[in-house]
Amino acid sequence: MKSIIRKAKALLLAHYAHMLEYRSEIFLWALAGSLPIILMGVWLKASDSGNFALNSIDFARYFFSVFLVRQFTNIWVIWDFEREVVEGKLSLKLLQPIDPAWHHLARHLSEKLTRIPLVIILIGLFFWLYPQAFWFPSLGTLLTWIVIITIAFSLRFLIQYTFAMLTFWTERSSAILQFWLLFYIFFSGLIAPLEVFPLLMREIILWTPFPYFVYFPAALLVGLPVDFTRALLTTIGWGLIFYLLNRWLWKQGLKQYSGMGA
Amino acid sequence: MILVENLTKIYPVAVKQPGLKGTIKHFFNRTYRKVKAVQNVSFKIEPGEIVGFLGPNGAGKTTTLKMLTGLIHPSSGTVRVAGYLPYRRQSKFLQKMSLVMGQKQQLLWDLPALDSLKINAAVYNIPEKEFSQRLKELSEMLCLQEKLDRPVRKLSLGERMKAELLAALIHHPQVLFLDEPTLGLDVNAQAAVRDFLKEYNQRYQATILLTSHYMADITALCKRVMLIYQGNLIYDGLLEGLLERFAPFRQVRVELTQNLPESKLLQYGEIETKEGAEVRFLVPRVELTQTISQILAELPVVDLSVSEPPIEDVIARLFSQGKV
Repeated sequence: MKSIIRKAKALLLAHYAHMLEYRSEIFLWALAGSLPIILMGVWLKASDSGNFALNSIDFARYFFSVFLVRQFTNIWVIWDFEREVVEGKLSLKLLQPIDPAWHHLARHLSEKLTRIPLVIILIGLFFWLYPQAFWFPSLGTLLTWIVIITIAFSLRFLIQYTFAMLTFWTERSSAILQFWLLFYIFFSGLIAPLEVFPLLMREIILWTPFPYFVYFPAALLVGLPVDFTRALLTTIGWGLIFYLLNRWLWKQGLKQYSGMGA
Repeated sequence: MILVENLTKIYPVAVKQPGLKGTIKHFFNRTYRKVKAVQNVSFKIEPGEIVGFLGPNGAGKTTTLKMLTGLIHPSSGTVRVAGYLPYRRQSKFLQKMSLVMGQKQQLLWDLPALDSLKINAAVYNIPEKEFSQRLKELSEMLCLQEKLDRPVRKLSLGERMKAELLAALIHHPQVLFLDEPTLGLDVNAQAAVRDFLKEYNQRYQATILLTSHYMADITALCKRVMLIYQGNLIYDGLLEGLLERFAPFRQVRVELTQNLPESKLLQYGEIETKEGAEVRFLVPRVELTQTISQILAELPVVDLSVSEPPIEDVIARLFSQGKV
């Protein structure tokens, strides 16, 4: 256990220092995740003239929560992994007695830590510009949200890392991920809260992993009703499936690996 | 320490005809041919030995190293390194070996080398106190004490290579694989890396397998060499035997005050190249001293230098003479 903590500390400290070197870039990436803010404007306008399950304040809070959720759950491991395999950089990581996944995970977690001050500034800015939408969740909700956001991040990381394993065969696994992202955009709650979907469709979507990446944590934060039992079962189920698939693909993939360029 | 028997690696390589027709055909009916990168290679390396692994580009050196380090799976044959099957990548095996690739870096580019070294210390479970001792010892050997807190990107190529060596050796591997460790370094940096490797080998009795295009690396470090060509091991023995057999000559570069006709120069040795007043001779080693004295006495020399022929040239000459 002591050894694991030491490894985690060393990886996080080094990658955090690395991320701080690129703080301006991270700030731009944080701003680049502003799609929910744009969609907020669209839905606010729509809610004025239509009859929806949420009012304009709910929409504003929901999409701002989506913005926050995405700040802490964005994943890019597939592009890093693809480059490592294609350029042979994976070889150097394979020489060490640690799974390369931990390096990627540390990079992602460090990036999230680097974002925190930027996100705090953006929260202040949002409520300054739109004070009607101000709310403060209870401490219990906030702590639950942190747990849920950690699960959402972990599941997204695991799924994308599993797709990344396909690089051993296709070298352009990110193209496959792009197809997956189509479903993510529609079913995750990114472009619309699930409340506006037809009931049957919503029921089906809730058994997929997508809503637990965005909708579920965002809805929880703004106080919309959520089903914890189903969320837990679904995320554990998908997590287990992708974990097993990931480990199997990793094993098979290493047999395929030719260490190109190295 | 290293035992290799009938090691073979076959890669499937996609075959595509040129042009649009070839592209369309390739899209619908992809065909592959099997390329034997390494064929039935067998050798044994004892603990503490330094062995040079030579061969022209694409001969199978790096593929063999990749199989020895467990990066790729062999198609057939067996490999054992420090008693382990490398492709299983067991933690204990990874703790005992290291691979340094001259053209690849493991250090984090934007951070001081020390940060990457701390990661390695944690990954290899080196206790803090021992890490400090090893760091002191290795950085002294490499003359890097003052450089470790500078971002890697600010280091010179030579310093960077030394820092890479430090990172690769901080866990004191028993087996060290080096793939072109002096590639692109200037003469001083090459010498420093060679001296370090020699000292490391003597101090820790590490087994070293080294590939290099620089003959000087091989002559300074290796008593034994193995020569691989088109995936086949064609020589395994003493370096002296290889040089005597395949490169019994030296390159003598002479810059003259004037351009002389080739007919006047032929008596000093085989003319390898001649560009104006600059001539490069190939002189048999046994006649070197006598020939140089003769050149200096008889020709209007501005500058003269003697060098080992590049290993590529030796091998190319060897193959062109059909001695394999």
